Amino acid sequence: MTFEILLQTLASGVLIGLIYALVAIGLTMIFGVMDIVNFAHGEFLMLGMYSAFWLFALYALDPILTLPLTVLMLFAFGMLLYKLVIKRIVNAPMLSQIFTTFGLMILMRGVAQFLWKPDFRSIENSWVAGSVKVAGIQLGRPQLVAGLGAVAVTMLIHAFLTRTKLGAALEATAADKEAAQLMGIDSHRMFSLAWGIGAACAGAAGVLLATFFPIFPEVGANFILIAFVVVNLGGFGSVTGAFWAGILVGVIEVMGGLLLGPEYKTAVVLVLFLAVLMFRPQGLMGKA
Amino acid sequence: MKALKIIVGLGVAAALLPFATDNPTHLNLAILVLMAAQLGVAWNLLGGYAGQVSLGHAAFYGLGAYTSTMLLLNFGINPWLGMLLGGVMAALLSLGFGWSCFRLKGHYFAMATIAVAEIVQIVFTNWDYAGSAVGLTIPMDKRGWGAMVFADKAPYYWLALGLLALTLLATWAVERSHIGYYLRAIKDEPDAARSIGINIARYKQVALSLSAFFTALGGSLYAQKELYIDPNSVLSTALSIKMALVSILGGVGTLFGPVIGSVVLTVIEELTRTFFGGSGRGTDTIIYAALIVGVAVFYPSGLLGGYREWQQRRKTKRERPAEAMSAPVREANVEEVAP
Repeated sequence: MTFEILLQTLASGVLIGLIYALVAIGLTMIFGVMDIVNFAHGEFLMLGMYSAFWLFALYALDPILTLPLTVLMLFAFGMLLYKLVIKRIVNAPMLSQIFTTFGLMILMRGVAQFLWKPDFRSIENSWVAGSVKVAGIQLGRPQLVAGLGAVAVTMLIHAFLTRTKLGAALEATAADKEAAQLMGIDSHRMFSLAWGIGAACAGAAGVLLATFFPIFPEVGANFILIAFVVVNLGGFGSVTGAFWAGILVGVIEVMGGLLLGPEYKTAVVLVLFLAVLMFRPQGLMGKA
Repeated sequence: MKALKIIVGLGVAAALLPFATDNPTHLNLAILVLMAAQLGVAWNLLGGYAGQVSLGHAAFYGLGAYTSTMLLLNFGINPWLGMLLGGVMAALLSLGFGWSCFRLKGHYFAMATIAVAEIVQIVFTNWDYAGSAVGLTIPMDKRGWGAMVFADKAPYYWLALGLLALTLLATWAVERSHIGYYLRAIKDEPDAARSIGINIARYKQVALSLSAFFTALGGSLYAQKELYIDPNSVLSTALSIKMALVSILGGVGTLFGPVIGSVVLTVIEELTRTFFGGSGRGTDTIIYAALIVGVAVFYPSGLLGGYREWQQRRKTKRERPAEAMSAPVREANVEEVAP
């Protein structure tokens, strides 16, 4: 019985962790390429959720079907945001950078509340609704599909970074901006690409999440702090690191909830975060 | 000495305001401006002078508010003493805060401070003895200066003004002392500062402890004014942001920057809330946020910094009019640097 509970908890931790990983991958990519912490990252996720919701509510299109469309929209939105706002603060002091993305976070929440009201919404009876029993563990199908979807998107990003020329250019800019520029790689193009991909990842996570998580303007707040923790544990700028760290954080969170009660699950993750920051600032998987 | 004269002069002038108006709405707005200004000045000690961007100062504010309130409710300790003890508590917490966060730089420091404040908020939200999520209420039965509870606004206004003046004086003293010079050295050239033997960790900690102490005094005053506190009102991240924002808007690392920032920000905030807040659609939030982005993008050195740059440019133009006129290209460059 207790062993079953443990397994059940572990499994749900891994599944939510995969979503955390997907959110964090976009964040870590933006940071890795241009050294800017995007506080508005959770809002990309929120936009992804609303996109899935409205396409479902208005046109009865299932979130799984509309995933590519939402990802494209978020990609374009991320690039647009870079061109309109972020581009101006690339070389600004850190304080301005922090407050620009912080302001964007509040702005996007405000606009979402203005357009769609602060109500909690949800997607009922999507294709993935229900649950399945795997090896004696009861798993929600939405969670399972979301986890698998997160893995798929992560693999795509990984393949893009390691197998394509554009991906290599992005990695080169992250490693050394000036050197990459001397090789003829336009930094601004890479920055805007990083914002596009970052927003698209968070958007994808939002769509996958929308089938089992309430949708509201401030939903991003539940994920941004966790995403920071994941990015730190995985090492800033590391996509693979963020993937494994996401799973780890998901598991630690549910285990903390199991042991100390759900109200302390975030605190457990944050304490771990501080401990890692202090003793291994390069992240668990980063190189010293 | 000029700064001291300004503090005293403005302080005396401002102290007369309650005699000029007894409109509670106006007085309340003035109190909000003063309280936000005081928090900005306190934040500025660490964020501006030492260059350590904290986004978790609500932890100190909340600690101040909770310490004085809990001491009053459970042990009947006078809020004046409670306020002081709250400041001491916050300064003590700041030792742990500094120990865990100061080895981090830049973004890492900022994120760690958010985490610390978040943990404090979670603890208070679930701590039954501290009223958990329901909060604590201060009874109104004892009133007057001894109990720091008043039925009308004017005494709170004077308290807020006095606290602001005190925080400004402390900052002014720090600015002029050797600590101020060390802090600026640490902020601008940390490696050079270390190489000439400045104990960086110690001076950052001094700035943080002072900052925490004064932030907590502000928290206790808030509790006495509102007579009600809960984790959301005194420990939220939004509050931490506002303290930093007031400084950034006015100009970080300047004595009066946060005061100017508070006047602008608080008035805009209250006006938009009055005009648009009732719709429940977040219009006030949108305006507030657009302002943050606008200032961060276009005025990275704040209103006071922007004004000084403008003054500097005028001065250069006056002193060297011939050169300025004969070198239009150069002038265009200057315009570009500071829009």
